[in-house]
Amino acid sequence: MSAIGPGTTPATTTGVRAERAIAAGASAARVVIVGALLHVKQLSRSPFEIATAFIVPLVQATLAVYLFRAGTEPHLLLEAAVGAGLMGVWSSVLFGSGGAIQNQRWQGTLEMLMIAPRPAVLTLLPVTLANAVTGTYAMLGTLAWGWALYGITPDFRDPLGFVAAAAGCVAGLGMFGLLLAATFVLLRNANALTNTLEYPIWLVSGMLVPISALPGWTGPIAAVLPTTWGARAVREAAAGGPIWPSLAACLAIGAACLALGTLALVHVERRARVTATLALA
Amino acid sequence: MNAIEADGLRRTYRQRTGWLSPKLIETEAVRGVSLSVARGELFGLLGPNGAGKTTTIKMLNTLLIPTAGTARVAGFDVVRQTREVRRRIGYVFGGDRGLYDRLSGLDNLRYFAELYGVPPREQRRRIAELLDLVGLAGRERERVEGYSRGMRQRLHIARGLLHEPQVLFLDEPSIGVDPVAARELRRTIADLAATGTTVLLTTHYMAEADELCDRIAVIAGGVIRALGTPAELKGGTGTLEDAYVSIVGEVQPA
Repeated sequence: MSAIGPGTTPATTTGVRAERAIAAGASAARVVIVGALLHVKQLSRSPFEIATAFIVPLVQATLAVYLFRAGTEPHLLLEAAVGAGLMGVWSSVLFGSGGAIQNQRWQGTLEMLMIAPRPAVLTLLPVTLANAVTGTYAMLGTLAWGWALYGITPDFRDPLGFVAAAAGCVAGLGMFGLLLAATFVLLRNANALTNTLEYPIWLVSGMLVPISALPGWTGPIAAVLPTTWGARAVREAAAGGPIWPSLAACLAIGAACLALGTLALVHVERRARVTATLALA
Repeated sequence: MNAIEADGLRRTYRQRTGWLSPKLIETEAVRGVSLSVARGELFGLLGPNGAGKTTTIKMLNTLLIPTAGTARVAGFDVVRQTREVRRRIGYVFGGDRGLYDRLSGLDNLRYFAELYGVPPREQRRRIAELLDLVGLAGRERERVEGYSRGMRQRLHIARGLLHEPQVLFLDEPSIGVDPVAARELRRTIADLAATGTTVLLTTHYMAEADELCDRIAVIAGGVIRALGTPAELKGGTGTLEDAYVSIVGEVQPA
């Protein structure tokens, strides 16, 4: 039935539409925020996942510190700690997008998420965002480890900028994670793919090794990855440099990934219903 | 208008095996199911394991797209009007899975209330009502991993009812539940149907189907073999189990 009646005008119908759009936007934001918080809670209560999030980056950071000490730039130890922390954030996002989709499938919640009367993006974005947030445990862990064991003081050039860059990096990587998750919904063995993506991406993104030290052909790949710009923003906040252009690039690419992921999910969800990959059996 | 209408539903699963010389294995899980369920009716779907019960439910609740045939739930097409169907249905399945174990029962309900679009102002009241209904009031702040099978099942049901669905799909909800909890579950299901909720129930428990269902379809080999009221299926003599065994016994196992 049309909303336009004898007592209504185009102006009032426009107002009603605007109110509905605002209400829908607020509802969508609530789903994402509440969902992300509850997924963070769920992930943070797993001793295994928390231990993994702390221990693996510490091993990587230890290797990095010894490499940097042996090299010509021992003053970059703080960058080693930050870089290892970023690798932890990336690992969490990657395994969170692949592994968590698989986990949702194993625990039988993937079907319950997909059957909700919401766009699939609103059910999966909280999962990938939550994994990016829990990835920051790795960052905190490596910074604390560097300070306690190697005396690396976290004296960031721009402490507030570092917090903003880390938050922006988490948001950007969370949105990138959604694009990955869109493909992982279709793959019953998504965790196999995540294993092969982990190291190449952090290597190409320059999280630990400067991009300038890598072969030239990796440059264009690095330029389109939000991980590259997120890592650059965080390192610039730590060591000094223009944070905001890098952070803006990270968020812009993240937003593009979110848009692509949203579109892909429409197709992917339908495809998953055809191929019956939402459940294990 | 019927709450559920299915016409010639078919579903084939395709599975590729092998790397060097891949083979495509096709399994016809459902082979032309047609049924209609009236509003407020409690309809049972019985059949042996692998008969096609869950596949039929998953086509009706939009989780699977039929290979052929059409279905409408609450007047909406399950393939083209997915969102409209999902707003009006609840889905509950049996077993331990399907919940966030490290969260409390309350957190699980809060999250799904958001996902199912329950208005924020109504969530607290609705969740409290459902916790009372399923007998979990007072235990809602405990982690689900500490819940018994029966408590998990009751939480499943509370979740399925959060958005007051018109049609409720219950896929073996009493599996592994102790007799006392199963009786409570049956009472809850009967109350829901009495208040106008359409229920499609699958179960292996004949007494449960006999007690609850207005009509029953027996499915085997992906095809409906018999459909009628429990009294019609029993034919005046014997039990529903006798009738079921005689119907299903005629079908060769898949």
